[in-house]
Amino acid sequence: MFAGYSMGELTAIFAMQGFAGLILFSVFVLMALGLAIIFGQMGVINMAHGEFMILGAYVTYLVSHVFADIMPALFSMYFFVAMALAFVAAGALGMFVEWAMICHLYKRPLDTLLATWGLSLILQQLYRSIFGAREVGVTIPDWMMGSLPLTDMIEVPINGIFVMVLAVGISIAIYVLMFRSGWGRQVRAINQNRVMADAVGINTAWTDRMTFGIGCGVAGVAGSAFTMIGSTGPTAGQQYIVDTFLVVVFGGAGSLLGTIASAFSISQAQSIMEFFLSGSMAKVLTLLVVVGILMLRPQGLFALKLRK
Amino acid sequence: MTDSSKPTMPGVSRRAVLAGGAALTASLFAPKGLRAQDFPTAAVNTTGLAVTDDTVTIGILHSVTGTMAISETGSVQAEKLAIEQINAQGGILGRKIEYIQEDGASDWPTFAEKAKKLLVNDKVASVMGCWTSASRKAVLPVFEQYNGFLYYPTFYEGLEQSPNVIYTGQEATQQIIAGLDWVNQTKGAKTFYLLGSDYIWPRTSNKIARKHIENFMEGCEVVGEEYYPLGHTQFNSVINKIRLRKPDVIYAIVVGGSNVAFYKQLKAAGIDMTEEKPILLTISVTEDEIRGIGGENIEGAYACMKYFQSLENDNNLEFVKAFKEMWGDDMVIGDVTQAAYLGPWLWKAAVEKAGSFDVDKVREASPGIELTSAPEGYVKVHENHHLWSKTRVGRAKADGQYEVVYETADLVEPDPFPEGYQ
Repeated sequence: MFAGYSMGELTAIFAMQGFAGLILFSVFVLMALGLAIIFGQMGVINMAHGEFMILGAYVTYLVSHVFADIMPALFSMYFFVAMALAFVAAGALGMFVEWAMICHLYKRPLDTLLATWGLSLILQQLYRSIFGAREVGVTIPDWMMGSLPLTDMIEVPINGIFVMVLAVGISIAIYVLMFRSGWGRQVRAINQNRVMADAVGINTAWTDRMTFGIGCGVAGVAGSAFTMIGSTGPTAGQQYIVDTFLVVVFGGAGSLLGTIASAFSISQAQSIMEFFLSGSMAKVLTLLVVVGILMLRPQGLFALKLRK
Repeated sequence: MTDSSKPTMPGVSRRAVLAGGAALTASLFAPKGLRAQDFPTAAVNTTGLAVTDDTVTIGILHSVTGTMAISETGSVQAEKLAIEQINAQGGILGRKIEYIQEDGASDWPTFAEKAKKLLVNDKVASVMGCWTSASRKAVLPVFEQYNGFLYYPTFYEGLEQSPNVIYTGQEATQQIIAGLDWVNQTKGAKTFYLLGSDYIWPRTSNKIARKHIENFMEGCEVVGEEYYPLGHTQFNSVINKIRLRKPDVIYAIVVGGSNVAFYKQLKAAGIDMTEEKPILLTISVTEDEIRGIGGENIEGAYACMKYFQSLENDNNLEFVKAFKEMWGDDMVIGDVTQAAYLGPWLWKAAVEKAGSFDVDKVREASPGIELTSAPEGYVKVHENHHLWSKTRVGRAKADGQYEVVYETADLVEPDPFPEGYQ
């Protein structure tokens, strides 16, 4: 495979491939963080996670149009506004859904699967009715497109760097929120023992609503960022849902660190295998390995030790 | 086939003879508006189809919900436009076309069920429908069992020929071979990297492409061939592999949401397609898909198919104008949309040639049907139920349209079972 290439060329390719792996890692982290909060901390199997992401993407699409029409001078900066609004919109919808549907199902976690799957269908059809069945094209500011030449031969995509920075930023924010704030302590307390948390005076209903909202909001930000690398259409969320659950379950539900570790191992395995094998085969092997490990460790890579 | 004599309206005299003496004079004087009373219902409909003295009912069977709605909406719009235009001209054998639209919902068993409903309950005289090969394969046994007649609009992988289907899109060899020869002869391309989504159409098409490159193009070779699952959104690894192999041409048959991800990431990786290093040649991106991808992300790529919205001929200018009048100014028209538009017109021509709505007679009349009014130009139905058509290469512009850079001199013969390519 490598006959006839100079050392320099090979180094460049491997460097870029390493970078591709890191981008994939960041994408997985962004996809999975929101679900890690909702599924991991609350135990809600949110099948509509992808649709919350796409809500963020559509918000980005709308904001880009508003900027292009009303203040074209600021167009190059619209993306930051879009991400903030995506967080607000997806978070608000998440809180509404929690109030209307999820909060009645905490005692029946498996039913959340059906309910949120229904919700995902409703949202898809809603997007289709509002934005049309076709994918919409989101115009990305010029500075975010193209690549950054590091050396003569090594080029890294700018949007990849952007996704990486975002993934790190959001991970830190969530870490601080969950492990360094009073609110995070409450969330973890509820997760460990709902009745007891209620008894010591934590407002569980409100905390649940906020947690669900924040999880959905993070999904919205991820969706907004993915307009740079993927498609925005009514059913585009379905492209992400399998990988998202894979990452969260493999990492061990309930552990944010596990989610990140699992995103790293899956993305590296997949990216390396994609380079040496064909795309479909890489996917098959990745899934086989994950299934194998889950058979040996059903609780995932990292599991919280809980007294149940 | 060499470019042929331009025929006039399909066989007026034969039609009149079939319809009897009274019709002879009527149809000679009024070739466009045939009168229903000259074609008594009992005579033109002997098999109990939904034909009355002044209407005939057909079916439209596409997905308007689910994943495939993205693609199939254009076909539905084109078919409705054609039906409206035919009705404005007086209909078929003096009868207005009415349609019953069913939703396949992007689900193949649903397609089969709805097809059965259209044929058995509604007794429709023909069906315009399906988009993916999977949906066509699902309805095929239904159409063959109940002797329905389907007009199928999508370019597809070939290897099929049913007595109950007219394929108005191109089969694989029509679309692939001309494009490969073109890129080899005019651009001097020698090495090819084949890429596709992982299902039957890209795989069969790439198989044909590989055979053609290896067996029929001198000094050319395939330096890579890969498939990614449908919905795959991360292409950085394969882009690095392409960089390593340095092919002259990336031959891409990526579809759906993957398409958008692929072109965005290609651009982000610093591969500028306007520089043609490498050249990108695709058979899966029509103007419809560019709307999702964004013109600026695919500018400079070449696409090989039979129709582009930018074709400059009177038929097409008229078609584009009518389409936008009916469905809105911001509409774009892709290859399949145009092929779907041909369906009702081909059926009209076949019914008038047969002088009957009976499926068996329409089938018999179909081979040899010619359309001079097609937006893509002159087309003709082959004995194998596919269309003779020209193949064209277009170059994507930033505004989302293609500039036609090449078209075959002659119509390309459809060859659904190509020898030496399997």
